[in-house]
Amino acid sequence: MGNKHWQSFGELNRTEAFNDAAKDEFREDLPFVADNKGLLEAVRPRRDFLKYLGFSTAAAAVAASCEMPVKRVIPFANKPEDIVPGTANYYATTYVQDGDAVSILAKVRDGRPIKIEGNELSPITFGGTSARVQASVLDLYDTARLRYPYITRKQNEVTHEAIDRAIAVDLANLGGAPVVLLTSTINSPTTKGVIAQFLAKYPGSRHIQYDAVSHSGMLLANKASYGRQAIPTYRFDNAKVIVSLSADFLGTWLSPVEFAPQYAKGRKINEQNPAMSKHIQFESVLSMTGGCADERYLHRPSEIGAVAVALLNAVNSTGTTGISDAKLKAGIEKTATLLNANKGASVVVCGSNDPNVQIVVNAINEAIGANGKTIDWNTTLNYRQGIDSDFAQLVEDMNAGRIGALLIHGANPVYTWSDSKSVADGIKKVKVTISFNSKNDETTQLCKYVIPDHHFLESWGDAEPRSGSYSLMQPTIYPLFKTRQWQDSLLKWSGAPATDYYTYLRQYWLGVLGGEDGWNKAIQDGIVHPATSATTVKTSTATQDSTMAKSTPNVAIPAPVTTGAPTSGGTAAYNGGGLAAATAAISANAPKTSGTELYLYQKVGIGAGQGASNPWLQELPDPVTRATWDNYIIISPAMAKSLLGIDLEKAGDTDDYEVHPEKQVLKVTAGNKTVELPFLIVPGTHPNTIGIAVGYGRTPELGKAVTVGGGKNVYPFTSYTGSTISHIVPAVTIEKTGNTYPLALVQTHNTYDTPQGNRTEVVKEISLAEFKAKPNEILEEREEELEPFGGLEHFEKQGTIFPYHEKPGVKWGMSVDMNSCIGCGACVVACISENNIAIVGKEEVQRFHDMHWLRIDRYYSGNMDNPFVTYQPMLCQHCDNAPCENVCPVDATNHSSEGLNQMAYNRCIGTRYCANNCPYKVRRFNWADYTGADSFPDNQRQVLDAAVMNMNEPLTRMVLNPDVTVRSHGVMEKCSFCVQRLQEGKLKAKRESRPLKTGENNEWDLKTACQQACPTNVFVFGNVNDPNSAISQMRKNNPQRSYGVIEFLHTLPNVNYLTRIRNIDEHIGVGEEHHEGEGAA
Amino acid sequence: MNHHSRLGKHIGSVVILFFLFIVGFKANAQNGQSLFAANCASCHQVNKRLVGPALAGVEERGPWTDRKALHAWIHNPAGFMKTDPYTQGLFKEYGGVMMTAFPGLSEKDIDAILDYIKSVPAATAPVPGAATATNPEASGDNTLLFGILTLILAIVSFVLLQVNSNLKRLADDKEGVGGTEPLPFWRNKAYIAFVAVILFLISGYFTVSGAIGLGRSQKYEPVQPIFYSHKVHAGTNQISCLYCHGNTEVGKQANIPSVNICMNCHMGINEYKGPDKLVDGDGKEHDGTAEIQKLYQYAGFEYGKLWDASKAQPIPWVRIHNLPDHVYFNHSQHVKVGKVQCQSCHGEIQNMNEVYQFADLSMGWCINCHRNTQVQFKDNGFYSIYEQYHEKIKNGTLDTTNITVEKIGGTECQKCHY
Repeated sequence: MGNKHWQSFGELNRTEAFNDAAKDEFREDLPFVADNKGLLEAVRPRRDFLKYLGFSTAAAAVAASCEMPVKRVIPFANKPEDIVPGTANYYATTYVQDGDAVSILAKVRDGRPIKIEGNELSPITFGGTSARVQASVLDLYDTARLRYPYITRKQNEVTHEAIDRAIAVDLANLGGAPVVLLTSTINSPTTKGVIAQFLAKYPGSRHIQYDAVSHSGMLLANKASYGRQAIPTYRFDNAKVIVSLSADFLGTWLSPVEFAPQYAKGRKINEQNPAMSKHIQFESVLSMTGGCADERYLHRPSEIGAVAVALLNAVNSTGTTGISDAKLKAGIEKTATLLNANKGASVVVCGSNDPNVQIVVNAINEAIGANGKTIDWNTTLNYRQGIDSDFAQLVEDMNAGRIGALLIHGANPVYTWSDSKSVADGIKKVKVTISFNSKNDETTQLCKYVIPDHHFLESWGDAEPRSGSYSLMQPTIYPLFKTRQWQDSLLKWSGAPATDYYTYLRQYWLGVLGGEDGWNKAIQDGIVHPATSATTVKTSTATQDSTMAKSTPNVAIPAPVTTGAPTSGGTAAYNGGGLAAATAAISANAPKTSGTELYLYQKVGIGAGQGASNPWLQELPDPVTRATWDNYIIISPAMAKSLLGIDLEKAGDTDDYEVHPEKQVLKVTAGNKTVELPFLIVPGTHPNTIGIAVGYGRTPELGKAVTVGGGKNVYPFTSYTGSTISHIVPAVTIEKTGNTYPLALVQTHNTYDTPQGNRTEVVKEISLAEFKAKPNEILEEREEELEPFGGLEHFEKQGTIFPYHEKPGVKWGMSVDMNSCIGCGACVVACISENNIAIVGKEEVQRFHDMHWLRIDRYYSGNMDNPFVTYQPMLCQHCDNAPCENVCPVDATNHSSEGLNQMAYNRCIGTRYCANNCPYKVRRFNWADYTGADSFPDNQRQVLDAAVMNMNEPLTRMVLNPDVTVRSHGVMEKCSFCVQRLQEGKLKAKRESRPLKTGENNEWDLKTACQQACPTNVFVFGNVNDPNSAISQMRKNNPQRSYGVIEFLHTLPNVNYLTRIRNIDEHIGVGEEHHEGEGAA
Repeated sequence: MNHHSRLGKHIGSVVILFFLFIVGFKANAQNGQSLFAANCASCHQVNKRLVGPALAGVEERGPWTDRKALHAWIHNPAGFMKTDPYTQGLFKEYGGVMMTAFPGLSEKDIDAILDYIKSVPAATAPVPGAATATNPEASGDNTLLFGILTLILAIVSFVLLQVNSNLKRLADDKEGVGGTEPLPFWRNKAYIAFVAVILFLISGYFTVSGAIGLGRSQKYEPVQPIFYSHKVHAGTNQISCLYCHGNTEVGKQANIPSVNICMNCHMGINEYKGPDKLVDGDGKEHDGTAEIQKLYQYAGFEYGKLWDASKAQPIPWVRIHNLPDHVYFNHSQHVKVGKVQCQSCHGEIQNMNEVYQFADLSMGWCINCHRNTQVQFKDNGFYSIYEQYHEKIKNGTLDTTNITVEKIGGTECQKCHY
């Protein structure tokens, strides 16, 4: 046991393999081609050498002797006024994916959207984004998108006119059979109007909203408790105590981009008066949100109802019953005490889809006074509106032949419904099936007519994610393919006289905003702010669709109408009538006490499956397991020991398990359903629970990313309980199969340790109580460490033999607040998107060749059964005394007068000395031509994964940022602090002849991509030489928590970290025994 | 070193030349003629109707006898027209095209323009181009002389060596030593080695310099789809560079003008009668009027009819100035911020009938300029953050002229490569 914090089991046990790994940055010879074989291993090394030599000479001669090509420079015929070639324009629009809606800005360079930024005007997200929002721009250029409408078979392209005619004939011949429009949640007011207009044309028709992972349980519970089938607005920023029962509210639950900034508000520390919210998580499988928690308690998945009831009873001081686990029971009691002590300033959220559990949670929230304080019923959240039973009814109707036509947008039930076969059979019995989905997904494959919708970046539209807060959508590129906005199709078929959706939308908003100026402003801002438009926009709720007008759009469409008038203070009248029945129902289903349970969860990148075809998201490491591509079975260390005989306290077992990417495959059986997947051991998993992520195992039609490590589909394991879908499988059996399957983990790729010794203090963490008692503890620790080299004050000049260099103008610096980092990965994908970072594919990740410039390291500390988790974003530290710079034989990496550690790609000859010498392990080497930068296009098709080769497609390459060099084979690269943005920001200031603004009065000339993307403002970046800049203020105001990672090496990093503070009373220290007493189950 | 100093001299002479050019230009910029060229000439001529009316005698027509009315009109034509029947008539006569407002022109500027209009005689005589100085080639090239000398010395030494070996052989013969058959020099290994080394060095030199030159294309002068003469436009007619290359001060690219920019003037100018001969690099003469007809074909325009801009097709110009993909260059940084003249990099563009690549655009060329060029240190507010330097300037320990681009980090890798 050495380190307080550990990343891998090998590190924890200091195994032989781990120590070996710490010796070398690179564990292989430089291959001549990416075939894993060094030259000397070849059969005839000399001949091979001559072959390579001859080939490269010939190739160079051919490449060089060609004449310079004649390049054309073709200007506009008529230049639009607002477009400056080579300069980006930003258009406000909205990311819409199923029910999710996030206000964004699309960066458009020369007609192509290339990057998504958060819209800082949004009162919901405040400019935050998520990994999926960031990655959505790549979906626009997905080669697997459907490119034209067709009937029955994909090969037969037809025109929109022809398909309209055929559909009109079919719809006219339905003989009165009802038409059903099946969509994922729609929160666009105008789309709801369009739908109402369409449905009015076909009497008996209906609109069903279907969410892959639904919140039906909550909607139904709220209807029972508050009389409103809606989800209220949560205000985590008002909460001092946040209790989550299995709700991954920062990662995948409801609206993480909205909750993250609220949550972060309570997690930021003011050093003068340290206080923070307390977050307690009850769960079965370690989620990303659970990793942020101050305290975590483990329970069986099926036990969640019992936990909720026990918590309610404890809050009401009627005794905690029905919980057998002592630690869990103590945790519930402690939580109840805290909740009662913070009445009106605490909130309980629950991820269960069981209405009974949610009714109990409503009762708890009533008891702790959350209603009206941390839960606001004045506005509702409209992200999820689907009711599972509506869809179950539809499946029944379809199979009974009662449905005439089925129109599908967004929803993909053939893949996501638990009984996929009955959906597929039902669809086959429907006379007319029409899909608007933009890819040939599992459901679309069964549809007769396919009229692909635009990507959201090509569309007009609006969204009402929170009632009364609107976000508008405008096209940022001319449609790439022969697609059509689906609202246009509906309007055409509803017989509206020559109205397109744009006109409809415009008319609607002109009416609401009262004129052209208002509309232009709204489109420019991308949002209609409730505060500014309170007089014109009436609040509405999610249930407005029934009242939407059926008039023609040229006659004024009525503004959204309020139903269920809000009462003052955001409270709603509570009706506890259903509580007794709910509690009874929960206790009737007494939780199991033996056997293994399966919990199906969503991953932050893949979601319910939306991200599966996006290579950026597939290669985004899971925040907790740090695995890329594929899904897998998560098991606890205890289960590994009892079931598989892997004792993680034994070094030999640890190495056997951890060193090789090949993992044992287990077979999971529940009833007649089985799945075979490899397993990963994750500390913090309940001993009798296994977890598997949904969203994998997609059809190959979705693109190359799903064929490379696409995982397996586990939606069949979900079950329909009669009212809702349950993601808990109470009884499963696990068997060994004897097979292995490789998993691409990045967790062990980077280690700070060296053969000379362990570098422990990469992560600094302290409990709030301790920090309050000894505010200068971290500072003193650092002072002591640096004492031999002049102490903190003189360390910079005295700790080195190298001369001191002035930074006369700008000096860049970054501060990373580990306290508010939630590990969501938005910054990682933003970095990929901004800097043209290559996706390398599963096989290459297995070989440690991942290219991410910014990674979020996950550290465990404490007890292996239920450890604390800390996320640490790690990027190039831009050391002022950089070890990498000294060892470069060609001076390809050197230091700028602004404090940047520069990398000149064209100078690099690929010795990799720099990466070897980098103590932070943030340098990345291009082992192959991942982005098609070489002069011979497509030269690695046989070598790299198909998903990687996508970057050789002209369509996909449209996403590349033209201001950043596309690196080629054999070149080192790393974080540049987004130097292209820095240069642009400086130039802006210079053109306006004024000093640079980096955060003074919240005015910014530039932000790095990670900083812009972060929903919780973890990153603060700017000019350290400017005393008023945000970064200077941040460092000035947080002296007690700031530190540099392994700073005693005198690397002088320009990135400082703020110590993670955990809101607990106990000391966080070395060894396991410390946590025994504090309720970790 | 020799190479460097010559390059320095060369750049020096170029800089002096442009300085002369700038001075001439600035003097002109004060008067109405250049204001007219910059602001009015796209729609008006003095003696000919274009998009707007001919301006000769403007002050004798309608309300314009009062200069105040003219000021008001030019500052805000739409506002003026609301109450003025004369301009309402003009609006109709000119096909409902509104005059562009020039709120930025001061009354003094407008007066200067009007004075210029008055000063133009009924038939305009072209103003000869400003700077016509030629660029003196670096004189006293001694390469040939050195070459001949080297050759002569080489022959002499060869002869001497031969003589020496003959004498040695004679001496040996005389003393009766040796008796080996004499080797002819072409079989003498020393000679062969010597020649091989010389050949290797020469071929090496050419290979290396050729390799360095790969991808560079100085003096590149391609044939363009339209024989467009910068000499006629920027030289003789004194049209500001920024009129056509309008993004130079705001964007990364200077922007090749779109067809509608050409047509601003060429809707009226359909023939070329200027004094300059349109001669291309091969000495062939072109007919300007025919070239304007080519433009009309791209624009879809028939002279005398209203132009429908939507019919225009872009002109596929051949790109001359190419930077490698890994180089970032921004025009606004150099022109707007650095106040660098266009000619510093593009040569005497105002004297080029057919544009060629003036500089080799090599990294050495960029870096040398960054080493020698002063930053607008006091004039640009951005540099106020360099407090140390300002302090030193106050103390007199640092001279503003010493603050070159290099001094503020302008030769660091990631200023251009990222």
